[in-house]
Amino acid sequence: MSREKIREFATAIGELAPACHDVAAARAAGHPDLVAPPTFPVVFTMPRIEEMLRDPGLGWRFEGTVHGGQTIEFRRPVHAGDELVCTIEIAGFSTRAGTNMLTVKCACADAGGSPVCDVEALLLSPAGDAG
Amino acid sequence: MSSFEEGAELPPLSVTLTRTDVVRYAGASGDFNPIHWSDRVAQQVGLPGVVAHGMLTMALAGRLVTGWLGDPGAIRSFGVRFTRPVPVPDVVDGVDSGEGAVVELSGVLKSVETVDGVRTGKVDIKAVFEGKTVLGRASAVVTLPG
Repeated sequence: MSREKIREFATAIGELAPACHDVAAARAAGHPDLVAPPTFPVVFTMPRIEEMLRDPGLGWRFEGTVHGGQTIEFRRPVHAGDELVCTIEIAGFSTRAGTNMLTVKCACADAGGSPVCDVEALLLSPAGDAG
Repeated sequence: MSSFEEGAELPPLSVTLTRTDVVRYAGASGDFNPIHWSDRVAQQVGLPGVVAHGMLTMALAGRLVTGWLGDPGAIRSFGVRFTRPVPVPDVVDGVDSGEGAVVELSGVLKSVETVDGVRTGKVDIKAVFEGKTVLGRASAVVTLPG
């Protein structure tokens, strides 16, 4: 997790809190380094999820996939300097009213193996022969 | 700390999203799905035109909550459903249309409890565009100050 990526993301969502931009301010507020905004973990987990969904072996129709929902749970905030290892699993699948609904969970832990956050995406795709 | 008691209303947040904002979010987030930058592609899939990323709207809801708490690290859990797209007007004569897409965010502290000596609260969030909610089941559990 780099300082510049956190600053760039915070700027893009209009988050001007000093703890997201200024290391001294973040430390003064009790953080070890810059704090990532709460939706930042989706930035580094979604590309891994997309990679998995595009794998023909999964049988998911990627074209037409829509992001239906998102949850993020924190044990602690994500900070600049964190090295996170994310483990992806399929947490649920169902079909309702012609729509395939897939829940994908990413568990993110720090370099020491302590859990930091769990990111769960709900993805929707029209049901058809694939899926 | 009366502003962090059950039933408290969060200071509302109104954000005007322009086409530039959406393109900037695409770059910062790495989500380059063309429905977020090409009107032609967006219309091919039945949208009126380019729409904001659902995650951008969720991020604004996050700002509503963390801005109120004064700490971007105070959210313990955060969840939304994306129920309605937010179309964002194209640039006019090379600059952002002054109108943009106005998203109105509001929230209420629904419940407060103390867990292991830490005060936590559940916030219900509303995000409205053109009179209709665009996020469903939007809520956050937060660490309360004090």
